[in-house]
Amino acid sequence: MNKISFILNGEKRNVYVEPNDLLLDVLREKLGIKSPKYGCGRGDCGLCTILLNGKSVRTCLILAIEADGQEMLTVEGLSKDKLTPLQESFIRHNSFQCGFCAPGIIMTATEFLEKNPNPAEEEVKEAISGNLCRCTGYTPIIEAILDVKKK
Amino acid sequence: MEEYKYVGKPVDRLDEKEKVTGAAKYVDDIDFGPNLLYTEIIESPHPHALIKSIDTSEAEKVEGVVKIVTGKDFPYKFGLYMKDRYIFAQDRVRFVGEQVAAVIARDPKTALKVAKLVKVVYEPIPAVFDPIGALKEDAPVVHPDLGNYPHVPWFFPKGGTNVAHHTKVRKGNVEKGFKEADFVFEDTYRIPRYAHCCMETHIAVGLLDYSGRLTVWASSQSPYTQRNLFADALAPLGFSHKDIRVIAPYVGGGFGGKAGVTMEVIAAALATAVKGNPVKVMWRRDQEFYNTYMRQQVISKIKVGVKNDGTITAFEITNYWDAGPYVEYGANVVNASGLSATGPYRIPNVKIDSYCIYTNLPAAGPYRGFGYSEMLFSVESHMTRIAKAIGMDSVEFRRKNGIKEGDSVAYGAPMNPNGLLEAIDKVAKEIDWGKKETSNDSGKAIGKGFAIFWKAPAMPPNVSSTAFIKFNEDGSLNIIVSGMEIGQGYLTAMAQIAAEILTVPPEKIRVELPDTDRNPYHWQTVASHVTWANGNAVKRAALQIRDRIFEVVHEVYHYDKDTLYLEDEKVKCRLHHSFELLLKDFVIGGIQTENGTYRGGAIVGSGSFMPEFTSAVQDPETAQGGHPNVHYTVGAAAVKIEIDKQTGKVRILKAVEALDAGKAINPMNIKHQIYGGLLQGFATALYEDMRFDENGKILNPNFTDYKIPTSLDIPDEVVPIIVEVPQPDGPFGARGIGEHPMIPAAPIIANAVEDALGIRIKSMPITAEKIAMAILNGKKEVDEFLMIMKK
Repeated sequence: MNKISFILNGEKRNVYVEPNDLLLDVLREKLGIKSPKYGCGRGDCGLCTILLNGKSVRTCLILAIEADGQEMLTVEGLSKDKLTPLQESFIRHNSFQCGFCAPGIIMTATEFLEKNPNPAEEEVKEAISGNLCRCTGYTPIIEAILDVKKK
Repeated sequence: MEEYKYVGKPVDRLDEKEKVTGAAKYVDDIDFGPNLLYTEIIESPHPHALIKSIDTSEAEKVEGVVKIVTGKDFPYKFGLYMKDRYIFAQDRVRFVGEQVAAVIARDPKTALKVAKLVKVVYEPIPAVFDPIGALKEDAPVVHPDLGNYPHVPWFFPKGGTNVAHHTKVRKGNVEKGFKEADFVFEDTYRIPRYAHCCMETHIAVGLLDYSGRLTVWASSQSPYTQRNLFADALAPLGFSHKDIRVIAPYVGGGFGGKAGVTMEVIAAALATAVKGNPVKVMWRRDQEFYNTYMRQQVISKIKVGVKNDGTITAFEITNYWDAGPYVEYGANVVNASGLSATGPYRIPNVKIDSYCIYTNLPAAGPYRGFGYSEMLFSVESHMTRIAKAIGMDSVEFRRKNGIKEGDSVAYGAPMNPNGLLEAIDKVAKEIDWGKKETSNDSGKAIGKGFAIFWKAPAMPPNVSSTAFIKFNEDGSLNIIVSGMEIGQGYLTAMAQIAAEILTVPPEKIRVELPDTDRNPYHWQTVASHVTWANGNAVKRAALQIRDRIFEVVHEVYHYDKDTLYLEDEKVKCRLHHSFELLLKDFVIGGIQTENGTYRGGAIVGSGSFMPEFTSAVQDPETAQGGHPNVHYTVGAAAVKIEIDKQTGKVRILKAVEALDAGKAINPMNIKHQIYGGLLQGFATALYEDMRFDENGKILNPNFTDYKIPTSLDIPDEVVPIIVEVPQPDGPFGARGIGEHPMIPAAPIIANAVEDALGIRIKSMPITAEKIAMAILNGKKEVDEFLMIMKK
């Protein structure tokens, strides 16, 4: 077991991990962060997306030890005080149905809007194309992301 | 039409904030504590084999292993409609991936490692993968004991063969009908298997506590049905229903894949082997493909006769369904779609044979559309071809033959009120039907396709649904029900129905997810029937509460109950305009009388609903005489596509779909169902492409090789249209629409491809490769079917 330390949702945390523990499993099982979900285990679906130093990563594809000394943000971190304009927009548009893809899409779109606060529709589609959703047909998700800039 | 305050309005989803903040809990998000045990399943590598021996001795020695179980530990069968499956294989495996044994360990890594140490010796025997081949006399028999299996009375398995069920419908005289026709046309269509691909894989956690109570947390559409099946399968262990509890938190997608019971029974059984410890069974993505349900493959032979004026005189179809080795739910798909195989047409002479056939591919069953998504590909492709052959516009053909209220369906019952013609007209107008469009780019072709559809809930005739409603101290409400929020917006719809009657706004209503210990009975969240059935139960519970409120007010104030009404969370009186009483001031603590005593007390309501006009008693040779379906939901859809003639790639320029919701409880959620369901259907039409090797092993059980749609694959434009011809026995006239958006997607694509290129593709999926090869080879018809790869 190796001790690793990092900033998780604004708070300094540390945890003991095996060298081959996946970040997704450590977040969920050892740190109580349940918003990143398992969907495929191979980077296809985007359900386990979080921000590592501001960049979206698939936590099923990286080892927990790689998070040592880094800064992580998940949906739990976004939801602490008041919600972000993006989250508010998703609620206004009733974007999600079963909701299982929501945390991954929210983190991907958070990073995207940070870089591109005034996107075109095609750019939004491209940005979230690595996050699968089986319920919504994506339309209400795309509309909500586009609506953030208007509000 | 009556104007409502909450019903028919785009009320915000009750569950959206939980889902957008990460607060929504799914089964694997629940903390089961340090005693939680993990499992790894030992799976069959053979499609059909006898189990000669299982040696667990080496595996058992490893530290961290708690228990290894095999079929010997659980010689119990389970099944909702037909008991043909064991919890773990006994002496025989019947598909690649079937569960043979399980390792239960303290941590998942140990379980995974130790699973490889369990030695199973198999004797492979001949397998069968082709449903028509499985009907041959010398075909391997998948279930030699079929004749002895318990099943519901409306299934007709044929012992000694691979026919698990055969639905026969005979109406009029089909031979005479073909003689009367000016044109008779027949062909064969092929529809492969597909996977639901819920984002959340199946998961169930079982706990048998030291007092002997069994609790199962499951990602489930069917908590009550699962409890019943656990009690039944584990009956030798002596469980009473009251001592089994199924808790179903949020579900990450269902689409039929989490209906009935599949792997959940493993968690229930394993829990009994490790008393006091919760034990988790969770499928990885590959297991999700091959060991839940898939959609069934179907080979559809269809023959239709028409007169020169377009009147359909006779319809004959034989559908061969490949249900895999365990058909219990699949047989009901075959039955339901068999009864309705004509599609929404008025046809005097009908002959339908729908065969449910055992094969050694993985178990197959319900997937959004429950057989209709599959068979209407053949029916609606065929109808368009017939119209074209007699020189009739294909929308006009559907207007002429489309079923109307009171027309008799194939099994003789009358068709319910419906807005099929309105849907046809609205869709045709929106897609500019009849206006031929051409691309400015000579490398591209534009085409339009049209289809109509119907679907009835497929259920036993006596399924029940109930609801409890209780007030809180501030006048807010909790609705306690056992339907499942699988994303369709069920919680919100139930709140709107109660809100309408009790005048409590939906944002002051909480609808509780199922827990069989405290939420009242609901059969399952399947068949697009919860808005209708549970909506009726919620409505009745709300009306009971309203009656009780008026009774209490009458007792204290002596106003005639008939003069009382609710408005803005207050009781008011038509005769005494100054009277008003806030609900929150008396629904818990009662109303104080002049002498200081109180009347009333905490107000609760309950409601129960079961259709009383349905019957599955019918002639097995003709299907006449019963009333198996409660009603049909109908609709129409069309698409405009652009095809790249070099690559064969299809771009959807515009899709239009109209559904008759009876009354749209929440029009926003219906539109959202149309966006999602159409895309799910387009994917089956265009690129989801399941492949097996010649040994029956799935080759692409992952999202790299089995492509589901991304945000880049959506149509350029989708126009949802809601038609409202009320369902007389529905809550506020509503009927279900959840599955329906997906149903017409495949035939409208096939019909549009033919319109664009003159190429008829008779096998799904209609991949870019198939289109490009047909153009290249100058083929006008394509029936190439690639699901099982040849050596």
